[in-house]
Amino acid sequence: MGVLLLIFIVNISLGSVYIPLKQLFLAFVDGEVEKESWKSIALNYRLPKAITAIIVGSGLSISGLLMQTLFRNPLAGPYVLGISSGASLGVAILILGASLFGATAAGFAFSSWGHAIAASLGAFLVLSAVMLAAIKVRNTMSILIIGLMFGSLTASVISVLAYFSSANQLQQYLFWSFGSLGNLSWNEILVLLIIFVIGMTFVIFIIKPLNSLLLGENYAKSMGVNVKRTRNLTLIATSLLTGVITAFSGPIAFIGLAVPHLTKLLFSTSNHKVLVPAVAISGAIIMLICDSIAQLPTSEYTLPINAITSLFGAPIIIWLLIRKRKLNY
Amino acid sequence: MDLKDQHIIKTSNLSIGYTSKKNVNTIAANLNIELDKGKLVCLLGKNGIGKSTLLRTLTKVQPALSGEIFINNTNLKTLNSVELAKSLSLVLTEHLPESNLSVYELVALGRQPYTNWVGNLSETDLKFIDNAFEQTNTKHLINAKYYELSDGQLQKVLIARALAQNTDIIILDEPTAHLDIHHTIETFALLKKLAKDFHKTIIVSTHEVNLALQLADILWLMTPSNFMADTTENLIENDRLDQLFESDLISFNKTLKQYTLSNSY
Repeated sequence: MGVLLLIFIVNISLGSVYIPLKQLFLAFVDGEVEKESWKSIALNYRLPKAITAIIVGSGLSISGLLMQTLFRNPLAGPYVLGISSGASLGVAILILGASLFGATAAGFAFSSWGHAIAASLGAFLVLSAVMLAAIKVRNTMSILIIGLMFGSLTASVISVLAYFSSANQLQQYLFWSFGSLGNLSWNEILVLLIIFVIGMTFVIFIIKPLNSLLLGENYAKSMGVNVKRTRNLTLIATSLLTGVITAFSGPIAFIGLAVPHLTKLLFSTSNHKVLVPAVAISGAIIMLICDSIAQLPTSEYTLPINAITSLFGAPIIIWLLIRKRKLNY
Repeated sequence: MDLKDQHIIKTSNLSIGYTSKKNVNTIAANLNIELDKGKLVCLLGKNGIGKSTLLRTLTKVQPALSGEIFINNTNLKTLNSVELAKSLSLVLTEHLPESNLSVYELVALGRQPYTNWVGNLSETDLKFIDNAFEQTNTKHLINAKYYELSDGQLQKVLIARALAQNTDIIILDEPTAHLDIHHTIETFALLKKLAKDFHKTIIVSTHEVNLALQLADILWLMTPSNFMADTTENLIENDRLDQLFESDLISFNKTLKQYTLSNSY
């Protein structure tokens, strides 16, 4: 928690405009700040962005943890299994297909709730499809390839949609798909936060059955666990978390896959009572670090967040695969 | 007390098998089992005869084709999954999925039917877990990760998990399939002790016929035409054991009370 707080402060202090720490602090406690613009930057840009980073980091990481346990697959994660692509499809249909649905839909399309709902539905659709496939195919690698295929499928649907949409809509969608933690209004953060809390509430209720699933479905059943209900709750929680996060910050790679592994390595446990809070906090910390790196202190430019998370995540996955014999989930 | 009250497991006209879209594949029909508490039961039969199907039906993993099963005089159909988990625990042959579980955590999972919604362990839970380690002689393993164990140790730990679940009945599906003869005998000796000293009703499907003949209180024999359940002595007396393997190569030697290679071999 202390680390989280520290990174949070570091993150807020970084940006294209240099603001002394003392002035930042004054801005938050409603004190006199030397420049009015500093206060506005701190309150309306940096603080929302840091909060978004925390929610995005924990939410995606928890989604990854849930999927790794549910699919008994150490390489599962919202991005790898095509769940993020599903969410993208939802948003793409909303933005790019808005003209097809007429003016009322168009108004809805640009509201934050519209994005959130469309993305969650898209995520749920792909996740259910992958889940159905996973019930039939037990093989770890096959499930990953199936997830990959769903990702490609949604990508092709999106490109067809893109082909028929206007330049304006296309640009709007493209910007969204780059991924970004900034640009969220306080209202949007509220929507994000509400759905995040709902999703996490589901998670708290499946901690116990998830632990018994570590022994496999048959043992879980023999210990009185309702496996079907657990699976459904996990699906809902993951779709909500991944969906709403992707809706607001774009598809963000590797966090959901890499953070649970780092946490498991660090804590050397599979107990979800430890893992759920630990993964949530580590996810928040790592996302804040990635975002801080993206700021490149005092530079004029902000790097796309996806570039940083991939830079951090991809090597971890490669390293994990190379020492796969020891890979646990 | 009514006589039937003494049976921990009772089936009436039970038929087991599989139903697909149009076909009903009956594996065994009209099973009328009456099993007393505290017995070690060995389920014998050749590969593919339906031992697992019987165990899966008794544990409600798959439905019976017809007939009734009573656990402690309660119809299996009316038991919900948590109630069932409090009267019946399993040790399966399947490999555990990869995880970082420690031996202690694995055995503690046996308390799941009793713990609250987050799975906090109470004083009672801790006591049962402790007893389970005690009874299986595995206390020295508690800090190890389960994947560090040998097959023999893992089998004992899985039995400890079933014991922690504190059920009258423990069902094991070929628990010694991967074990050498030393650990096989050790496992069976442990099961015998649990039945005798702790009044557990233990049902084991196994191919260790000669060990089963020496240790089991009751044998369940599955043959293509027949299901027989009786004490070892009675089955020997009535020449039932010859029917288990319809082969010229192996026969039952009544004086040795063992299966031996046939003279014709």
